[in-house]
Amino acid sequence: MPEQQYLLQMQDVGKSYYGTVVLQDIQLALKPGEIHAVVGENGAGKSTLMNILFGMPVIHATGGYLGKVLIEGNQVDITSPQQAMEAGIGMVHQEFMLLPNYSITENIKLNREILKDNLFSRIFGPKMKSLDFKTMNKDARKALDTLDMDIEEYVKVAGLPVGHMQFTEIAREIDKANLKVMVFDEPTAVLAESEASNLLRAMQKIAGQGIAILFITHRLDEVMEVADTITVLRDGRLVATKPKKETNIVEMAELMVGRKIETITRRKDQLKEGQVVAAIKNLTVRMPGEYVKTLDLEVFKGEILGIGGLAGQGKIGVANGIMGLYPTKGSVEINGKPLQLNNPRESMKRKIAFLSEDRRGVGLLLDSSIELNIVVTAIENQNRFIRRLGPFTQIDNSAIREHALKMIKELDIRCTGPNQLVRRLSGGNQQKVCIARALTLNPEILLVSEPTRGIDVGAKRLVLETLVKLNEETGITIIMTSSELAELRSVCDRIAIVTDGTVAGILKPDDSDADYGLMMAGQKRRKGA
Amino acid sequence: MSSETVEKVAQKPGGKFKQALIGFLTAHMVTIMFVLLSLLALYLSGMNATLYLNDIISRVSRNSFLVLALIIPVVAGMGLNFAIVLGAMAAQAVIIFVTHWGVGGFAGILLSMALVTPLGIFLGYLTGKLLNRTKGQEMITGLILGFFAAGIYWFIFLQLVGGFIPMDNEVLVLSSGVGIRTTVDLSGGLRYGLDDVWRLSLPVVMLLFGAIFASIQGFSYLKSERQGESKSRFYYGIVIALAAAAGGIFLIGSGSLINNITVPAGTWIAIGLLCLFINFFTRTKMGQDMRSVGQDRHVAAVSGIPVDKIRIIAIIMSTVLAGWGHIIFLQNMGAFSTYGSYEQIGFYAIAAILIGGATVTKATIGQALLGVFLFHTLFIVAPAAGRETFGDAQIGEYFRVFVAYGVIGLTLAMHAWKVRLQSQQKLGR
Repeated sequence: MPEQQYLLQMQDVGKSYYGTVVLQDIQLALKPGEIHAVVGENGAGKSTLMNILFGMPVIHATGGYLGKVLIEGNQVDITSPQQAMEAGIGMVHQEFMLLPNYSITENIKLNREILKDNLFSRIFGPKMKSLDFKTMNKDARKALDTLDMDIEEYVKVAGLPVGHMQFTEIAREIDKANLKVMVFDEPTAVLAESEASNLLRAMQKIAGQGIAILFITHRLDEVMEVADTITVLRDGRLVATKPKKETNIVEMAELMVGRKIETITRRKDQLKEGQVVAAIKNLTVRMPGEYVKTLDLEVFKGEILGIGGLAGQGKIGVANGIMGLYPTKGSVEINGKPLQLNNPRESMKRKIAFLSEDRRGVGLLLDSSIELNIVVTAIENQNRFIRRLGPFTQIDNSAIREHALKMIKELDIRCTGPNQLVRRLSGGNQQKVCIARALTLNPEILLVSEPTRGIDVGAKRLVLETLVKLNEETGITIIMTSSELAELRSVCDRIAIVTDGTVAGILKPDDSDADYGLMMAGQKRRKGA
Repeated sequence: MSSETVEKVAQKPGGKFKQALIGFLTAHMVTIMFVLLSLLALYLSGMNATLYLNDIISRVSRNSFLVLALIIPVVAGMGLNFAIVLGAMAAQAVIIFVTHWGVGGFAGILLSMALVTPLGIFLGYLTGKLLNRTKGQEMITGLILGFFAAGIYWFIFLQLVGGFIPMDNEVLVLSSGVGIRTTVDLSGGLRYGLDDVWRLSLPVVMLLFGAIFASIQGFSYLKSERQGESKSRFYYGIVIALAAAAGGIFLIGSGSLINNITVPAGTWIAIGLLCLFINFFTRTKMGQDMRSVGQDRHVAAVSGIPVDKIRIIAIIMSTVLAGWGHIIFLQNMGAFSTYGSYEQIGFYAIAAILIGGATVTKATIGQALLGVFLFHTLFIVAPAAGRETFGDAQIGEYFRVFVAYGVIGLTLAMHAWKVRLQSQQKLGR
């Protein structure tokens, strides 16, 4: 095939950071109008590949890359984002590159403002030219119209819905006259479902104009919906490049993970409707965005209880309320005795441990070592791992080290040692550190919120397996809140669906999809079954 | 059921108004507090209008240019530029030499401004380089840099001048022959060099200002390009301008004492030009780049804006403007303390702009001018109020110093608090 046919080619591209190879022998070729998906787990090398393509400083500060990048058959050497833009590469970033106090127009034209001369610019040079808002607005309007966006171009970006922000970014890219290749880096991660499907439609429209699209994601269903060609990366290597027609979602997933995906097998024989370990009555939690309103729920000893439901319905609020992290009313009885609410210390004393959904914000001391993260709550709340010297206390380093090593081994935390900073760990291993800390408190009840959020597919499974293993071996009661229903259904004994702040009903993992769907949509069902 | 809904509808506008009022009050807390304080002190002092007006005009014209020099770094996201002290030191250094050479009047002012420019560019460049290495801590760095630079300044003017740098001048140099005297007198030299270029009586200025401002507002109303911008402010502007003009005509006719108050029109023209320049500048490519950098360095960098360079330019502009502003300040004062005058400049200018309602991230021309006006009003009336109320002017003096520094601390703390609240809200989402 003649090379000119391709808009963008990457040949034998590789990259290593300080001797660690993170990308090797990548081949990629895009034709005009093609949507080419690049899929892979976190850490598969997708971001590095895009950083190379976009000339990010992180690449060139660490010795550049191997291989060749060709645009329309000509080799280019891109060493800065500016050059990438000039070469016709546009990028929609995972995090928005927008300035909130600017209008949509100003954001679309950021650093590409249309200028006109004035007296001063003739004397002091082009930097003193004034901005030509009329023409800028016109251009912005055109770009927005291409995307079927009917929002006014002079509206400020601050306060716009996320979807509109994303479209503003896209409008900025398509406004660039020489745009040839457009990169979408995990564009749907922050979008609601309807917004995501709008985005996919927009991508197809842009591709229809002869622009090649590189679509980076790990949502396979979206890939199957819009992509023409799919490239799978795993551990920095190219695993396969296939036209969509010749593959399917299961094969993609297998190629991506490299091991068979299966549901975690659990003994589902005995549903323990025995002793009630926690009885929640009339629970109201004022958690912004996740309001709980007079919720009743009984938790049985030794079970894994799932709490599911749509975002914003209040499922996240339940665990946060029990831990006393947000203003709470109602009553919670643990082992028959009432729990004092709005008091995290009391909740911990009653042997409840919590894995927050905000792992990096609330859950971990990111710049402290693994061992300190594991023991800090126990030190603070149970006076363990410390030595007393009269009125003074000292951290008992040897006891901590011993305990940390044991935990690292038991939970299989992949790290360089107990001294490693938690920030450096991958999401899955950070979550294991959280689990280790919770276990250090010797809890009877473990509240787990969104344990697999932001963790790649392989590690998700390990985290879930760890939870199941704990439950089986120690008999600990686990209340797991998750947005991913499939995940709940693979590990839980019972699943409570929270809708509009209360329990809409409790389902078994093997109940039909229709039951789940109806209940999440707010159709009440009788408890039990 | 229906009565409830009726009640709700009836309550809503009132509730909204209340909310808007509370929002307005919290947003302009410092400014409102100052207006109230000034009014109270003005009432207690029993000062007459002519005296007050005379004083405030001279003080506002003296200080405005300096305070306006603070705006550009705020736009570029570098916070309040405590390092304008360096510009002030440069200005004093230049003035000492210009006085030594015996160049006075308007020519002396022009020469000083011309000489302070390259010096300001050099110092601004160094400051910018330093601040680029301490991103996020510009204010504390600038503050300490001011103290550090004072040491060098002292060394030059206490030890080098008269010795290493020859200066044979009995008036300026200490009797030992080395080092500059603690006070430099500008009378007969640069004093009123700019002020006296053109003096007009206050009512005439009001009339002229009213006419010019009204036509500017009318013109920009017709030319307003940014869509979605509220046009009501143009109406307010025109109304205020016409009121000023009418007041001017009335005063000229009335033959009141106020006709004796003169306004240093030359200085005011310089201030006006600076306002126009800032206004124009923020709408240029460079100004837009600064605003982009000010909002988010990372986003600006990714869009290809040379962030560090833009920040250095912002500080250079601020330093040079501060140098010019200090020259204007000193020519009005007529004398300065060689080893002290520059020091208060930074604090007082920053206090003034904060009182006007500016924050670390947002400052406008209007806030700067309003702030200068309020700050100096309190400066004028507080001692008199102290004397009238407590029989001791010193108490008013203490109070205003307390207020000036208190405002800086309070505003910075409030800003930090607001930023923290906002980041918490982000997490909650």
